Amino acid sequence: MAEISMTVNGRKVTGTVEDRTLLVHFLRENLGLTGTHVGCDTSQCGACVVHLDGKAVKSCTMLAAQASGSEVTTIEGLAQGAELHPVQAAFREHHGLQCGFCTPGMIMAAVDMINRHPEGLDEKTVRAELEGNLCRCTGYHNIVKAVLAAAEAMGGKAVKAA
Amino acid sequence: MHQTTYHRASSISEAVKMLKEAEDGKFVAGGQTLIPTMKQRLAAPSDLIDLRHIGELKGIEVAGNTVKIGAGTTHAEVARDAALAKACPALCHLAAHIGDPHVRHMGTLGGSIANNDPAADYPAAVLALAATVHTNKREIAADDFFVDLFETALEDDEIVTAISFAVPEKAGYAKFPNPASRYALTGVFVAKHADGVRAAVTGAGENGVFRAEAIEKALVGAFEASALDGTTVPADGLMSDIHASAEYRANLIVVMAKRAVQAANGG
Ligand SMILES: Cc1cc2nc3c(=O)[nH]c(=O)nc-3n(C[C@H](O)[C@H](O)[C@H](O)COP(=O)(O)OP(=O)(O)OC[C@H]3O[C@@H](n4cnc5c(N)ncnc54)[C@H](O)[C@@H]3O)c2cc1C
Ligand code: FES
Ligand code: FES
Repeated sequence: MAEISMTVNGRKVTGTVEDRTLLVHFLRENLGLTGTHVGCDTSQCGACVVHLDGKAVKSCTMLAAQASGSEVTTIEGLAQGAELHPVQAAFREHHGLQCGFCTPGMIMAAVDMINRHPEGLDEKTVRAELEGNLCRCTGYHNIVKAVLAAAEAMGGKAVKAA
Repeated sequence: MHQTTYHRASSISEAVKMLKEAEDGKFVAGGQTLIPTMKQRLAAPSDLIDLRHIGELKGIEVAGNTVKIGAGTTHAEVARDAALAKACPALCHLAAHIGDPHVRHMGTLGGSIANNDPAADYPAAVLALAATVHTNKREIAADDFFVDLFETALEDDEIVTAISFAVPEKAGYAKFPNPASRYALTGVFVAKHADGVRAAVTGAGENGVFRAEAIEKALVGAFEASALDGTTVPADGLMSDIHASAEYRANLIVVMAKRAVQAANGG
């Protein structure tokens, strides 16, 4: 068993888990943060994307023990109380979701993308950067719109998540 | 995933010691290949020795005519390194097109070449750049490093610490990505060196990455895409699978080589 500790959405957490426990399972099952989803077995869908020390990663492709000592932000950590994060607000405004299964990963990927492109985003870049996030419903069109709108709302400037 | 025991190494020597003490241990760097493989139960190491926190494995150094990249440097770091973008932009381009942003944040150069997936991007660059692979034990020439599918010259307890290479006069990389995985269905890295041209092909060879002699010969006289008009590459020894036949890949090699040369020539 591994003794792990990390900061999740600003809160210090500790746990004792099997060494083979994936980060996504630690978040969902030990911490009850079920906003982070598991959509595949092959590290391809991106439903599980969280930020590890400020960078988007697939939480299904990392052991919880590998993340010990790190800062993790999940979809639950984005909103400020009742006020949605600008990316969340843009997904709602632009119908960037249908069933919503891919949405937490999409939003975490989008926040990371916007942070990495303080110069602003264009459609081609957004589509290329969404390579690691699959959606079975929307056809991506409104997701791209939402990300572009959010990037603009955020002033095309780097904004820190959470 | 089968049970495993996790260890975090803070230095190369500690990592080697941890591996020696393990029954059937394996190094893990970015985990972007090894963790999915373990999830599928295609690998079941008794112990995992995490290299991600070893400072000596990280960083990119461009000094004069030589580039050295630590094995623990992530694809994202290689993609956006300003000094490297001047010395060898083709390598930044290559790293920027591996998988997706999340994979690039974790995956490392060392993990990629140690794994030697026949469709991985980095092996083509390392071979075409005539790079030297540095390990905790020795230096290995790229020509001797890649042995066969998923097989390298590395010993079990040997850690890739860095690669180094002389800045080429020109270099370019073009891949035809598998639309689902983004791995190379066929990728060609061309590099023009003071003493000749090297062209390495990934994604196509039955035994993994290899140098395409026909392409290299055609480019020696004139390093131009048009120099490859009429060049053919034999289909012998190329992979055939659900994605493409060996003949299709043979043709793709020439097409990708032309695009790589175009990129090397600045467009
Ligand atoms: C969805 C997805 C898409 C991908 N697309 C691409 C793609 O388009 N192109 C591409 O090239 N790759 C692709 N990859 C693979 C990715 O680049 C991996 O990061 C890389 O192949 C392995 O690097 P790693 O650091 O993650 O290694 P790990 O998974 O941690 O390790 C891989 C192997 O290397 C060994 N190892 C790791 N570091 C060292 C070292 N320093 N010395 C000795 N041995 C070491 C490990 O023991 C293990 O056997 C993709 C992966 C995923 C999940
Ligand atoms: S659950 Fe599909 S990539 Fe993580
Ligand atoms: S909204 Fe249903 S998978 Fe994207």
